[in-house]
Amino acid sequence: MSNATYISIFYIFAAITVFSAAFVVFSKNVIYSAFALLFTFFGTAALYVFLSADFIAVTQVVVYVGGILVLLLFGVMFTNSIMQTELKTDVLHVVPGTLLLVATVGGMLFTFYTTASWKPSDEQLQGSVVERIGFETMSRYVLPFEMASILLLAVLLGAAFLARFDKVSNNEQ
Amino acid sequence: MSVSAIPQISLPFLMGNSLNAWSDALAGLTISWFPLGLVIIAAIPLVFIALYALTYGVYGERKISAFMQDRLGPMEVGKWGILQTLADILKLLQKEDIVPASADKFLFVVGPGILFVGSFLAFAVLPFSPAFIGASLNVGLFYAIGIVAIEVVGILAAGWGSNNKWSLYGAVRSVAQIVSYEIPASIALLCGAMMAGTLDMQQINLHQSGPYGFAHFYLFQSPIAWLPFLIYFIASLAETNRAPFDIPEAESELVAGYFTEYTGMKFAVIFLAEYGSMFMVSAILAIVFLGGWNSPLPNLGALALYDWTSGPVWGAFWIISKGFFFIFVQMWLRWTLPRLRVDQLMYLCWKVLTPFAFIAFVLTAIWEIYVP
Repeated sequence: MSNATYISIFYIFAAITVFSAAFVVFSKNVIYSAFALLFTFFGTAALYVFLSADFIAVTQVVVYVGGILVLLLFGVMFTNSIMQTELKTDVLHVVPGTLLLVATVGGMLFTFYTTASWKPSDEQLQGSVVERIGFETMSRYVLPFEMASILLLAVLLGAAFLARFDKVSNNEQ
Repeated sequence: MSVSAIPQISLPFLMGNSLNAWSDALAGLTISWFPLGLVIIAAIPLVFIALYALTYGVYGERKISAFMQDRLGPMEVGKWGILQTLADILKLLQKEDIVPASADKFLFVVGPGILFVGSFLAFAVLPFSPAFIGASLNVGLFYAIGIVAIEVVGILAAGWGSNNKWSLYGAVRSVAQIVSYEIPASIALLCGAMMAGTLDMQQINLHQSGPYGFAHFYLFQSPIAWLPFLIYFIASLAETNRAPFDIPEAESELVAGYFTEYTGMKFAVIFLAEYGSMFMVSAILAIVFLGGWNSPLPNLGALALYDWTSGPVWGAFWIISKGFFFIFVQMWLRWTLPRLRVDQLMYLCWKVLTPFAFIAFVLTAIWEIYVP
């Protein structure tokens, strides 16, 4: 693939990500916002592919599109009065808002510029990334991995407990 | 005539039998700046889905269901009704494109599109032949499992956009079912990935090739592989909304589920997506457990059946026929088993398939470590 094609495909995905993200924020319809989020997540996954992070890209699709977005859509769809609610999207408190925005963006950009070295790594990835991720998770990062597993297990048990069919109160009715 | 001679003929297009030779050659094909080859690579699975859905999908399904019920099926248009599907397509093309007045216009129109894209995206990593694969990713299998998520969003868009109780019910049922059955399906496929030691689809196939044909397939390499094989097959029926798990479109209760309001070409696109995912899950099943494009015929002494039936063209033949075989089993089951209730469906997923998938996972790990 020639360089020009590569760059143009990159800009197409970047545009999809940015415009759909803007749509999520500015749309007055919650359902449309939720569906626009699909394109944001998809575009972000594509941008990960441009960084040669295939595994992260697929994980992004699995976790965010398959998990979070579907949950979000379910929540939005089962909330009865969601379409009737008037969303408040007026512009309020312009001066404090702008100050907050400038401070946050400026702080983040400053941190990015001072901490990251903006150079592509000299070391090329050798072999399959998946194996490397597996080895690292099971050796150097085994403690965070196990902690995340225990947290998720606790969440699973908690969710099952909350959603459980309550036999006692059912008998009283 | 020996067809296996094809790889040796040095036609520019059929050159070599090295891995991905055709798709690499196509990827390099550019006209000035336009990457024509990449477009052709993407178009090949699309044309394949359309052709197969037309012939085997619609006509085959109608004929198979007819024979199972001791009927004749379509017989009027053409000999044995062969042209029936073409007539149906012409009818669908002429139909008025109805958008219900109270529907959400945008989501109603965009839903089938997202659905089809979601089902088509997985074809990017299906190796159609040793020499052809859309994208040889090292996370191919993971991608094929994960990309189904986009299909889910399309179903929700179609169901919600129709603004119809039946559609929304169908969509919600379908999504709940797909999301739940993804878990046993992924764990079952993980067993296959563990036997291969890679997630690359072509590598998984390569690991299963050898002169003894079917004996190298994972299904015949380890007796434990039958468990994840069956679990994935059952879960894949649920993921494609096929009977006995077709409660999202249960005709007797929901009219037609999430596509109740669709007519004409939008309906056709939804069906194309369904047939696309049917082939996709069947091909994944064939790749992970039954050797994908490898020939099942063994070399028997002087009868080098495996060598004669291997090569890029034979590879395409084998994987497509394996896929078609599983689609046949899906159709067969549709006319054999009654539909499950919603609670039975969830019971099967969470209390039967998921624990057994975990058991299969542990057993496969033990087998891989202790059995050479």
